[in-house]
Amino acid sequence: MYVPDFEYHAPNTVAEACAILAELGDRATVLAGGTDVLHKMKVGKLTPEHLVSLKNLDELREIREEPGRVVIGALASHNQIYNSRLLQRRYLSLPLAAHTMASNQICNLGTVGGNIVNGVPSADLPPILIALDASIRLTSARGERTLPLEDFFYGSAQTRIEPGEILTEISIPDQQTTGSTYMKFGLRRSGALAVAAAAVSVQVSGDTLHGVRIVLASAAPTVLRVTAAERSLIGRRIDDELLTEAGNFAAQASRPRDSIRGSAEYRKNLVGVLTKRALRKAIEEGHA
Amino acid sequence: MAQAITDKDGVKRYLITLNVNGDAHTVLVKGNAILTNVLRDQLDLTGTKKGCELGDCGSCTVLLDGKPVDSCLVLAVEADGRQITTIEGVAANGRLDEIQQSMINHAAVQCGYCTPGMVLSAKALLTRNPNPSEQEVREAISGNLCRCTGYVHIVEAVMATAQGRVTPDDH
Ligand SMILES: Cc1cc2nc3c(=O)[nH]c(=O)nc-3n(C[C@H](O)[C@H](O)[C@H](O)COP(=O)(O)OP(=O)(O)OC[C@H]3O[C@@H](n4cnc5c(N)ncnc54)[C@H](O)[C@@H]3O)c2cc1C
Ligand code: FES
Ligand code: FES
Repeated sequence: MYVPDFEYHAPNTVAEACAILAELGDRATVLAGGTDVLHKMKVGKLTPEHLVSLKNLDELREIREEPGRVVIGALASHNQIYNSRLLQRRYLSLPLAAHTMASNQICNLGTVGGNIVNGVPSADLPPILIALDASIRLTSARGERTLPLEDFFYGSAQTRIEPGEILTEISIPDQQTTGSTYMKFGLRRSGALAVAAAAVSVQVSGDTLHGVRIVLASAAPTVLRVTAAERSLIGRRIDDELLTEAGNFAAQASRPRDSIRGSAEYRKNLVGVLTKRALRKAIEEGHA
Repeated sequence: MAQAITDKDGVKRYLITLNVNGDAHTVLVKGNAILTNVLRDQLDLTGTKKGCELGDCGSCTVLLDGKPVDSCLVLAVEADGRQITTIEGVAANGRLDEIQQSMINHAAVQCGYCTPGMVLSAKALLTRNPNPSEQEVREAISGNLCRCTGYVHIVEAVMATAQGRVTPDDH
């Protein structure tokens, strides 16, 4: 399979990368793991004049703890997230979500930054990161900005990244939540995209739900947080009825499409079941 | 960055070093050269197979710094300076690796097309985790599609290797 010609750049620092991107504008495509970019170039969906590789920016591979937050570099691979002791200890739900993705070979190449910026509604990491209230930092020659990950997506493969910007890090603030989880249904256990998936986080004390976030994948043209449903659940006593109601809310809020992986009706049904199960798990098992 | 050389037609090529199976190879590649093709066509290491070329089948699996990756989704320039193991580098001193011997013993090879990638995925697993469960073996090879064997013999071969049950004449 042929990959069309392009000009290749491999800057050594973030500043240098930003300078190159500022000069090239939308003629350049950023290259991280390449699992989406090279795929698209091979099937003719993408023909960039310039590829700007981030491979030399080792500082963006780091996963570290800072006061008040956990910081994940945009170049951390899925397997790095899965194997991170720090993330396993703090938010096991995130490594486990990374483990539901793709094959081992893809998980060694693909990065969390690429998974976010690619912007597809079936991506596995954005839902759980949004459930954990993550924000992202975008850096360009013009400076830096931080925004909630939730506000980054606005349509299928449409994000608020601007030409010249690099996603440098993802930041998870210390939590009030008591539990979180990601539950996905794919057509095989390993290496399949989500037919539908639900990420949740909960704040529980005693038998009361004090806080909840519900975020769905493959349930709308974009990753979907169902805030209306969340509001109606807060402050209520946790029982089976409440969880069923939450599932129904999430199913109603979803706007899935028919595709070869599943019909819209089937997906709505799945969303209901997965949301209910995910909530129960997060309530009972914490961040797992 | 690798040294760039522009020829008289204005085509840019990069002088890169691939450390393959312990040998350093300096090769001249265009930016759009895919690692699988450079291994096969420029270094003549044709053990690495090409199937889907889109990351789905795993027949192009190589180890990059010890970790399995689909070489069909890696630009050769991106592998500059890194350590690569292909199937040609698995046997040592003319002797098959235990995992290779075990695949033969268990009749885990039919047409053989998936086998190089399968061996490398299994080898990486056993290096990281010498005592995997069957589930872990299945997960580790889930990115290597086999059209022939139904996987049962392959999984048995990997489990037997892990448990040290491989002998050269065990049939
Ligand atoms: C066989 C196969 C199976 C897959 N299975 C799954 C799956 O189960 N779940 C799933 O979610 N995904 C899956 N994917 C998709 C893909 O692997 C992931 O989305 C991956 O995380 C992409 O990361 P990457 O580093 O390879 O991105 P790249 O391909 O390098 O980049 C993707 C996009 O993001 C941009 N980009 C990347 N990094 C940055 C950055 N730091 N700053 C600015 N822009 C950036 C690129 O310009 C490009 O537009 C699969 C892909 C393949 C080929
Ligand atoms: S040829 Fe690379 S995964 Fe199929
Ligand atoms: S032995 Fe034929 S594809 Fe696996």
